[in-house]
Amino acid sequence: MYRYDEFDEQIVRERVAQFGGQVARRLSGELLEDEFKPLRLQNGVYLQMHSYMLRIAIPYGQLSPRQMRQLARIARDFDKGYGHFTTRQNIQFHWIALKDVPEVLGLLADVEMHAIQTSGNCIRNTTSDHFAGAAQDEIKDPRPWCEIIRQWSTFHPEFAFLPRKFKIAVTAAETDRAAIRVHDIGLHMRQRGDAVGFEVHVGGGQGRTPVIASLVNQFVPEDRLLDYLEAIMRVYNLHGRRDNKYKARIKILVTELGEEEFTRQVEAEFASQKPHEKIDLPREEIDRIHAYFARPDFPARPEVSDAFEAARASDAGFARWVKNNLHPHVTPGYTSVTISLKPVGGTTGDAMAAQMETVADLAETYGFGDVRVTHTQNLILPHVALDDLPAIFADLVAAGIATPNEGLITDMIVCPGLDFCTLANARSIPVGQAVQQVFADPDYQEDIGRLHLNISGCINACGHHHIGHIGILGVDKKGEEFYQISFGGRADEKAAIGDITGPGLKSEEVPGALKRVIDTYRSLRSSKDEIFIDTLTRLGHDPFKEALYATD
Amino acid sequence: MPLIKHGAESDDPWDYVEDGAELSDGGYFTVRLSRFLAEAPTLSDRNTRVGVRLASDDDVEELVPYLQDIQLIEIDFPKYTDGRGYSQAQLLRRRHGYKGELRAVGHVLRDQIFYMNRSGIDAYDTVRADLPSVLEALKEYSEVYQPGAGGQVPVFRKRHGS
Repeated sequence: MYRYDEFDEQIVRERVAQFGGQVARRLSGELLEDEFKPLRLQNGVYLQMHSYMLRIAIPYGQLSPRQMRQLARIARDFDKGYGHFTTRQNIQFHWIALKDVPEVLGLLADVEMHAIQTSGNCIRNTTSDHFAGAAQDEIKDPRPWCEIIRQWSTFHPEFAFLPRKFKIAVTAAETDRAAIRVHDIGLHMRQRGDAVGFEVHVGGGQGRTPVIASLVNQFVPEDRLLDYLEAIMRVYNLHGRRDNKYKARIKILVTELGEEEFTRQVEAEFASQKPHEKIDLPREEIDRIHAYFARPDFPARPEVSDAFEAARASDAGFARWVKNNLHPHVTPGYTSVTISLKPVGGTTGDAMAAQMETVADLAETYGFGDVRVTHTQNLILPHVALDDLPAIFADLVAAGIATPNEGLITDMIVCPGLDFCTLANARSIPVGQAVQQVFADPDYQEDIGRLHLNISGCINACGHHHIGHIGILGVDKKGEEFYQISFGGRADEKAAIGDITGPGLKSEEVPGALKRVIDTYRSLRSSKDEIFIDTLTRLGHDPFKEALYATD
Repeated sequence: MPLIKHGAESDDPWDYVEDGAELSDGGYFTVRLSRFLAEAPTLSDRNTRVGVRLASDDDVEELVPYLQDIQLIEIDFPKYTDGRGYSQAQLLRRRHGYKGELRAVGHVLRDQIFYMNRSGIDAYDTVRADLPSVLEALKEYSEVYQPGAGGQVPVFRKRHGS
């Protein structure tokens, strides 16, 4: 993975000093709260219901064991012993005192981490495929370009005060695991002959106006990528709406101008760049960054592992876990493991300090020092030998993070909701837990198969409800919480926004209604291999809506 | 607060004149872009220096024919969270080679100064920041990741010996 050199180190240390000064000026009254707010946000400090929250960047979702242990230490010493992994591959601590923030930033800097631009109207953490560098289906590893984008976007002088927040995602695999079409910019690495470049999608997003991104350019050569991003950003910075917060995202600019006119403006700006304006990243620098992401030297392992097969035959729990939580690896005898942070009845994405340490230890002992965070709020060990899976499983069981539900209905995305968030209209976590209870039986979940169920506690859609196969949106009607259900959303290469089914349900009605929907699917699917979203596509939404609103 | 430019407090002979008010002979004035464009043909006949105050939604391209002769362009930041002025500054400096003074006016606070300088703004009419804090802000980061109008060498060049 990438390691800081003296320049990166210097910048992060100077950020700690700068933010310390800003906090001091706020406390002395020199800075008004309105003036301080954008500054603290650009450093990931939010004011939540009960306390400040600190959001820490995990660039493209990759962590080293040392970094994971430092997060555990922060959880233990400055929070209530846990952290919350987010849909943007970041981590949040919800119980941090403002006065402690500069010290925590110092601890992060010690392990090459920061909270820079994790909030505010600027370019946020660049996200990517959590299997990058390990997946069989990628054309190249997208992480080096994510790191190049990270550096380019860090304290970019022109784009620090955009109309609204700005999110970039990168994938290099045909199966899109980074949800690029619901990002402000989604980049898909493509190969043309010997040339590598990027398909550029712009103007996707969720929130109150969900939009699937427009394809703006089919192939920007890699050495022109940053120039092209600058052109997009400049058009947006100059012309994005600033009169209404809810119309300020780039998706609204793309929609209002139309895809064609927006593309024309971007291309015109790109073509106007004079030679000295181009970023012209030296080839040595591109190579330098790529070198950090060289694939580990995987010692040869047998393609079929005796230890693995024996454990699978003798231990039903292990067999279930490997059936659901493994992903094919590029190297024979190896696999990628999902560590689910979705135990039934737990809080989605939360990990205790001791659990983080277990994951760090496993990554160090068996996993080539590599941990990933997924946008679905789980953790990944991207490179482990099949031979080592029984030992890994045993440690995960002991740590309480061996839930065998990756991609199943209980592996849901859930935002913090009204229990934590000042923006929320309704609670999310308890509703998610109640739904999980209904589907808790592992055989039942497996029978249902792959199904993405996402829950947001308000229209801002942090819980990605628009792109869940089933989405749940909490709304407030005259002081009472209601939950709107939508069907048919998806985040992958066939990205789509779900359709709202009809009137909202009361929270206590949600689990039973969903069970009716799911059992309808089980009775209507053409075979066990037809997953929910495919049955829905084949038959239309009506039978499922009927089931949703049926009275028992 | 005093005008700060080139690392020092500076006397300011310039006045901003609202649309409709007269420009007297022999003074230094800035006017809005629309007025500048309308009156440009007659301005050169008079013993008066006229600069431009750009609003956030002004298109800097319209100024390009005049850049050789203009001594002062003010970029107005109506709110400090409105970042359009940074793009205007970059366009004027880097694309169009404007060499005169580029001054930030409006809601200008200490914490924008570093970005402004890197975008090519070289004079600051701040709301509250005094000279020492402006000088401090200009030095907040000793390394930068991007090229810009402020002339700092980005780290991707320093790393490879240039």
